[in-house]
Amino acid sequence: MDKIISMDAVGAFLKDGMTISIGGFMGCGNAHHIIEEILKTDVKNLTLICTDTARDDYGIGKLIDDRRITKLLASHIGTNKETQRQVIEGFIDLELVPQGTLAERIRAAGAGLGGVLTQTGLGTEVQEGKEIVTIDGKDYILEKPIHIDLAFLKAYKADNAGNLIYNGATRNFNVPMAGAATITIAEVEEIVENGQLNPNFIHTPFVYINHIIKA
Amino acid sequence: MDAKEIIAARVAQEFKDGNFVNLGIGLPTKAVDYISKEVQINLHSENGFAGIWDTATPETLDKDVVDAGGSNVVLQSGGLFFDSVTSFEIIRGGHLDMTVLGALEVDEEGNLANWKIPGKLLPGMGGAMDLVNGAKKVIISMVHTARGNPKILKKCTLPLTGKGVVDMIITEMGVFEFIEGKLVLTELTDGVSLEDIKAVTPASYDVALKK
Repeated sequence: MDKIISMDAVGAFLKDGMTISIGGFMGCGNAHHIIEEILKTDVKNLTLICTDTARDDYGIGKLIDDRRITKLLASHIGTNKETQRQVIEGFIDLELVPQGTLAERIRAAGAGLGGVLTQTGLGTEVQEGKEIVTIDGKDYILEKPIHIDLAFLKAYKADNAGNLIYNGATRNFNVPMAGAATITIAEVEEIVENGQLNPNFIHTPFVYINHIIKA
Repeated sequence: MDAKEIIAARVAQEFKDGNFVNLGIGLPTKAVDYISKEVQINLHSENGFAGIWDTATPETLDKDVVDAGGSNVVLQSGGLFFDSVTSFEIIRGGHLDMTVLGALEVDEEGNLANWKIPGKLLPGMGGAMDLVNGAKKVIISMVHTARGNPKILKKCTLPLTGKGVVDMIITEMGVFEFIEGKLVLTELTDGVSLEDIKAVTPASYDVALKK
């Protein structure tokens, strides 16, 4: 199966109202070229899963600026004033999720788990409306999986099969998002033949990746 | 030394040789400049690396490496990268010796508020809620008052980051520790009197000065 597609094929995967996710942290490890491609389409009303919205006019921030996102699950929007403006205005419905809990909820979706139990957020607003489970005398919040329709990853290198390796600090949320989505598309800097990546150092296995784009 | 330098220098004294430490953005990170030469620690960056790192120069810049504040940095030899799942397993699993964070408010029950001012400021909690629940020791480093308003209160008024999670508070005026659940003033900065600190600290606390 040939997983390599061209950048202009991205638009065909997008649908109004769907849930997308974009890996990265403060723009580092965002699929920057795919974000530009999304902006060329007229898709709107998206739910976006990401750890932060980077900065105004940078990375994920561009999708916010262009008002494509109406629901957002993120751990931090403090560096993007436009996100805060749109939340206060009521355009974006925001759910702030502790960063570790966000990683685990995404991972749970890909790992076939019904949720995770964590003490993060106990005694805070994060706990409101959630089930508390007591294990061996300790309380935990039951946090449910986050299922994603379409995930966009950024890796350094892929082979034709879709095995991925990342550079530097870009593994971040790209790794758990692979596997949590119905369809996962990875933007990579280089594509090599199968067998040319060292099997000892592959970060994301081919099975999670539906399509790869060189950009 | 100005207030922030006094705080950073005092925070650095808490680092013990071999510690694995996560430092919040801003004032907590400043403590790195004051680490004693005899002490070697490893730092943890919540976005996925550990070791020691430096600010990137135009020559060393790698677009794929930023710190938790989004600034380009360069990891020194011996460091390592990991994904966000691993990063927060380290945090929640009790594998960090210490975290140093800033605060909007702390109270006498060890509650911390540092992620939201309703209707005004909505930064989000980032990794702070995980850090305060997972790190073995939670140190708050902050200036004692905000524009003259006390920050060490009887009860936090802002949404909490964690309940009963704070172990130590370091300000330019002194050091407070939670000892057997009770807030205790354990150090006064030179030139600061008990009356000075009382005047800007509404929280109830005991006094047991160590020096």
